[in-house]
Amino acid sequence: MSLETPRPRVFLVDDHELFRKGVRAELGDDVEVVGEADDVEPAIELIGERLPDVVLLDLHLPSGGGQLVISAVRSAGEATAGVKFLALSVSDAPEDVIAVIRAGARGYVTKTISGPELIDAVHRVADGDAVFSPRLAGFVLDAFAASPADQPAFDPELDQLTPREREVLRLIARGYTYKEIARELSISTKTVETHVSAVLRKLQLSSRHQLTRWATERRLV
Amino acid sequence: MGGRGESDLWPVEPDTGWSRAGRRRRGHGHRARDRGPIRRSRDERLLAGVAGGLARRLGWDPTVVRVLILMVSLSGFGVAVYVLAWLLIPADGETEPIASRSLADRRGIALALAFVPVFVIALLIGAALGASWISSLAVPAIVSAAGLILIWRNADPTEQAFLHRAAAPVLQLAQPADGSGRSRRLLLRIVAGLALLVGGLVVLLERHSARATFRPLAGLLLIIAAIVTVVGPWWLRVARDLVVERQARARAEERAELAARVHDSVLQTLALIQRRADQPQEVIQLARAQERELRSWLFDGTGPAAVGDQDSTFAAGVRRIQEEVEALHGVTVDAVVVGDCELDDGLRSLLAAGREAAVNAAKWSGAPVLSLFGEVEESSVSLFVRDRGIGFDPSAVPADRKGIAESIRGRMDRSGGTVAIRSSPGAGTEVALTMLREPGRRARSARPT
Repeated sequence: MSLETPRPRVFLVDDHELFRKGVRAELGDDVEVVGEADDVEPAIELIGERLPDVVLLDLHLPSGGGQLVISAVRSAGEATAGVKFLALSVSDAPEDVIAVIRAGARGYVTKTISGPELIDAVHRVADGDAVFSPRLAGFVLDAFAASPADQPAFDPELDQLTPREREVLRLIARGYTYKEIARELSISTKTVETHVSAVLRKLQLSSRHQLTRWATERRLV
Repeated sequence: MGGRGESDLWPVEPDTGWSRAGRRRRGHGHRARDRGPIRRSRDERLLAGVAGGLARRLGWDPTVVRVLILMVSLSGFGVAVYVLAWLLIPADGETEPIASRSLADRRGIALALAFVPVFVIALLIGAALGASWISSLAVPAIVSAAGLILIWRNADPTEQAFLHRAAAPVLQLAQPADGSGRSRRLLLRIVAGLALLVGGLVVLLERHSARATFRPLAGLLLIIAAIVTVVGPWWLRVARDLVVERQARARAEERAELAARVHDSVLQTLALIQRRADQPQEVIQLARAQERELRSWLFDGTGPAAVGDQDSTFAAGVRRIQEEVEALHGVTVDAVVVGDCELDDGLRSLLAAGREAAVNAAKWSGAPVLSLFGEVEESSVSLFVRDRGIGFDPSAVPADRKGIAESIRGRMDRSGGTVAIRSSPGAGTEVALTMLREPGRRARSARPT
């Protein structure tokens, strides 16, 4: 699929130069790296200037969390509306991951991801899909844990996962790729992507009491 | 704050950075009664730490002990007892009291003995004037003075530094006046204090007339004012110094603990990685193990020691499988756990079977990465072990692998669980283990690993 689509223009935000170099090398020629930044301020400025398709964003930057970059770029206006964010980080607390997703990132992958998988994830995000790593799927399942009895949903549309979405997330957590999930559930890969994007939307828009409580328990306001 | 340093005296755990941290955490803020020999407290002290040590031994609040000591001190004897305690009780972390060191200090002993004639003279004067209060005060005063001399000369360096600081104004006064505003102010204060003291004593000792019931009260007030004038600012400074010293020590401890932890974990791992730079698989393993350890410290507040031999929850058990299989078989294990609950016998069998499956996959599949996914639901707990390795045809299982499958299956069957093994050549293998939960146990939410 990467061959038909034009090369996505990628921007790297990470405070470790070595890591940026490594990612550059791994991405190779499949994407065009248009710039990099090591902190919140330069990232906001350069992203506004170069307008990349996808920003690979570290969760922890010297002057704050990655979500600062997302919200600043989001509020910058029309020009940057097409910029998409993929959080790329390592060993993070759930509250940090959920914060960056709720700020508007299209997905979260861990830095231990292999090169081809990362390229695949970048293409997916560039196409407007969501990318869930097993760990993020675990966080989301945990956050949306099914206990409707004591946790009434305010907005059933947003506050609960459908059985199908839950199934998809479980398979992601079990280490299945989208293609394998599609085969397993006898649906198309596109449908898997639709489910995942729906989950992402719920995660971002839900004001679910449960999600709030789950986050509060982990010190996220 | 009661007794934070006490456990330093009786280390009961192996002295690693982690257990040091554990001790500190437990030691903090409890006021439990302490067994073992009494020691002068270093953390909880205003003067020598006698009250702090006593409070720790008795399990009381140090302030209560201090007030009691102060009340006893009013007679004069309390002061002497305090000084003797200072002399005879070792400080935290020491085995010998100042007194045993003083035995070797001939000059100090000579100086202390020099008070004997002073004592005799004081007694004589007391007898001559018919003022019994002089002789009754003489004993504790002499004992205290002699004790203080020995302490002054033989205390350990930190205590001596403290004494010097405390006595600085007095020493300063003894120096030839350099005319600086500071010593002039001090002189003024002492003169004013002495005037107040004399005034107070005169009022107090005057023959009381009938209407002067208030006189003793006024005298006392004057004496107190005198003490405050002379000693107040000095005492404030000493107290402030003590606080600063205590903070500095706390910071140093914190730093030492951090350094120990970083050394035990990160630096060790980095050294190992450098030595094994030519073995990428081992380097990855080391890095991952270190990452997990650091993460659990930073985000969960637990060291590896806290995981313990007996895992008590399902998530901890899955984490242990992840660690063990990574360490023993050199594969990367991605573990995700949703929800958590206490372990019972059924879940222990589930974990044992899961471990078997993971080891099996690590050994045979040839895949560099395994996925572990555990989910705790209301009515059941499931564990999935998946690899993308060579896979096999379940209908044509080789004999040796059948045995392992049986050990997984047998284990689950005996505990009332179910096993589903799916595999096909080239597409990898997935083992799905499910165990029904005992009714009445609710899921407890926990973060995924």
